Amino acid sequence: MFQSRGSAGIVDKPFRQGRQEISLSSFAYLFSEMVQYCQSRVSNISELERKLDEVGYGVGLRLLEVLCYRERGQRRETRLLDMLKFIHSTLWRYLFGRQARDLEQSNSAEDEYMISDTDLPVTKFVSVPREMGHLNPAAFVAGIVRGALDGAGFPARVTAHYVPVAGQPRPKTVILMKFNAAVMQREQRMPGG
Amino acid sequence: MPTLYSLWIVGRNGGLLYSRDFVQLPPIEFNDKLRLASSWFGMCGISAQLSPVPDSSGIQLMQADTFDLHSFHTLTGTTFMLLTEPHTPDAAELLRTTVYELYCDYVLKNPFHEMDQVIKSELFDQNLVERCQAINRRWGVGA
Repeated sequence: MFQSRGSAGIVDKPFRQGRQEISLSSFAYLFSEMVQYCQSRVSNISELERKLDEVGYGVGLRLLEVLCYRERGQRRETRLLDMLKFIHSTLWRYLFGRQARDLEQSNSAEDEYMISDTDLPVTKFVSVPREMGHLNPAAFVAGIVRGALDGAGFPARVTAHYVPVAGQPRPKTVILMKFNAAVMQREQRMPGG
Repeated sequence: MPTLYSLWIVGRNGGLLYSRDFVQLPPIEFNDKLRLASSWFGMCGISAQLSPVPDSSGIQLMQADTFDLHSFHTLTGTTFMLLTEPHTPDAAELLRTTVYELYCDYVLKNPFHEMDQVIKSELFDQNLVERCQAINRRWGVGA
């Protein structure tokens, strides 16, 4: 009764489908400004990394929700492997327009998984100065992944690293996820796990 | 034989931000480079004022017996200088498109670059050298 005739209320409208692409340049400039903003508020590299991660965390939480509604028919993954596939394909496709290159389990630890990719828009134009050592601007993406995992009930420690590839001039970016012990225990208790 | 010799970039206040040779050239002392770059910057400014017609862009091309100097001034005041063999084709075009594009991509979009500071972007360096040496090779010039 509060609705004016002819226009549907916001909840009656279908959730907006489809992809919206933005210019890579405008994203690159915005991201560059964001890094500079963070940089002006920290005193060392690990703080800068944490700051980028925090910005990404908020994005990840929200993305999980919107993607579950939009692309998964309001279903959310409850199993670890399915969740990882969701990140690797659905989330990546939404963010970067394609799947991540690899998803693999670490050889050394059961609870560590890695998503690796090259040429991410966040690293494409960035040359990290030598004195900044191990910094990878994909810490922002690591934050997004951490947010999405956390929102789905898979808390993990997520970090981004550069890993050199033989025969390639540019290193690849590896997003390393180390899941909390509780997640691994729950996974083992679940049927078929 | 057409050849690209080197690229210099001069900042808004006349300081040399970047210089790179694409072939083996007789070395110039770094301090001399700084002086030459800022002198050229000044001359471009003077030439624009000398122009009898308003809104002159200043010197765009200086031709000598042994080399051409292409100069490109962006709207924001950065000056690009490309030294080439005389009558190297498409050099002005290369400066306005390829080189400027690489600068915009790998220097301006790099969060660790500060305006009017020396350009240290590794990716800019790599891509620029790669592209220019590829052009030189097409003309049959080794590095």
